[in-house]
Amino acid sequence: MPSLGADMDSGTLVEWLVHEGDTVHRGDPMAVVDTDKSAIEVESFDEGVVESFLVEPGTRVAVGTPLAALAPLTGATAEAAERQLPAPARRPPARKHAATRPPAEPGPSTAARPRVPKPRVPVPVGAPPLRHHAAELGVDLTRVAGTGPHGEVTRADVDRAAAEARAGARPERAPVRPETAPVRPVARGTQVSPYARRLAEELGVDLARVSSTGRDGAVRAEDVRRAAEASARPPSAPVEAREEAPAPGAGEVPGSWERSARATIAALMSRSKREIPHYYVATTVDLSAATEWLRRTNRERPVSERLVPAALLLKTTALAARQHPELNGFWADGRFVPGEDVHLGVAVSVRGGALVAPAIHHTADLDLGEVMAALRDLVKRARAGRLRRAEMADPTLTVTDLGDQGVEEVIGVIYPPQVALLGVGRIVERPWAVDGMIGVRPTVRLTLSGDHRATDGATGARFLNTIERLLLHPEEL
Amino acid sequence: MSITDDEARAMVARAVRRIVPDAQVETLASDADLRRTFELDSLDFLSFVELLVNDSGVRIDEDDYPDLTTTAGCADLLVRRSA
Repeated sequence: MPSLGADMDSGTLVEWLVHEGDTVHRGDPMAVVDTDKSAIEVESFDEGVVESFLVEPGTRVAVGTPLAALAPLTGATAEAAERQLPAPARRPPARKHAATRPPAEPGPSTAARPRVPKPRVPVPVGAPPLRHHAAELGVDLTRVAGTGPHGEVTRADVDRAAAEARAGARPERAPVRPETAPVRPVARGTQVSPYARRLAEELGVDLARVSSTGRDGAVRAEDVRRAAEASARPPSAPVEAREEAPAPGAGEVPGSWERSARATIAALMSRSKREIPHYYVATTVDLSAATEWLRRTNRERPVSERLVPAALLLKTTALAARQHPELNGFWADGRFVPGEDVHLGVAVSVRGGALVAPAIHHTADLDLGEVMAALRDLVKRARAGRLRRAEMADPTLTVTDLGDQGVEEVIGVIYPPQVALLGVGRIVERPWAVDGMIGVRPTVRLTLSGDHRATDGATGARFLNTIERLLLHPEEL
Repeated sequence: MSITDDEARAMVARAVRRIVPDAQVETLASDADLRRTFELDSLDFLSFVELLVNDSGVRIDEDDYPDLTTTAGCADLLVRRSA
């Protein structure tokens, strides 16, 4: 289980994308992992033949836990693999655990570590008696930290979680009872989170028949999963019990996923505000040259290649970040570490409530069409829960564009360990004075949040001026 | 080849449903704001236009976007352009 962000200490294996016996190469997607914030595709760190899975889908394991065992490519399998996939000659590596590379134990110790026998792996699932005990106490086993010999959840862990929940000491571990949570049948026009939609399609669930436990009656992925499970069972008690459950107004108990996603964002943002002395500088930029250029270029582009203003803003931000590298990177161990290149993070809201900010790699080197394509692809995959590990781990500077939400100004919170964040508002027509005359111009409000440990306001101001200058000459981008 | 009003409305519904699979487009008032109702952001809207163009074969420029606010507006544009 790789670490997919500074704030991640465990993840749930959602599904395998390969089969036992498959040959994988470095970089091949192997599994989908849910990190509380989003589902991420995890790639293989090595090449070899998938010998066995060590973790079953649905299991939550700590970062560093081996997920699968890879056998080295033998001469025969290597030849077979190369017949299938024309590739440069490959050297058979020593046996290694794939898709895991625990940060704490690199190198030989990983290879030498004995394989974990399957029955010991399912950490949070718990043996049936334990599950029964947890259900009685209203404890969600997936939220309980195990203290058993292999991280298993013990009866004492469950009792402690229940006691904590009662005392209100650990709200993030409060009892979550999906089976008895108040639910509401989904009304027409109800919001459905994008991930829930995808799941419903995959599981063949009719969304109109799904009861929601989300806030505001929004349908979450969990609701879809539960509906799929319910329809797989004989239509007996559980289903009816759900339909008889208390209706509107009682839906304030959020699902456990939503709770954990909120907890993740809460932890990260609290850390940001606790550790990072933010400064803010802002400016309003005249976008008439940019929008006029976009109008002209889009007239010549087929609709599939048209650009939106966000693409222009991302590209100019990336170029400005290259000119002001002190804003592009991380604060680590009491000093600034510059990013190896500009990988702009783009804040995307997913699953009707969660937020991710995956990276567009090497943003400054892409032309506008490529930035646009990357942006569309990234947003689509973020909402479908198909981001890649590197996209989550690599952003060097994040842009949050809430223009589509209709706000004029965004004063954002920096994503640690990054040192700056650009907030972009809506494009608004404003009265604008030029050469002593008042005209009406499309404008946008840009606000830079900077980490005062790494830079001063003057740096932020120069950065914004660079973006403004670049936007005056969109044809040069 | 000209497109009838009914065909145009069906194209609008199909396009919206590709982006929001459970959208109830047919029962939506034809003067309701599509972007607001279905929470289409600028990228979703671009996909919507792309789907309409591919389905109808009609040319739609950015200058036409204000006409695409509602189902009725979309249908009018597709009928007019294909005539």
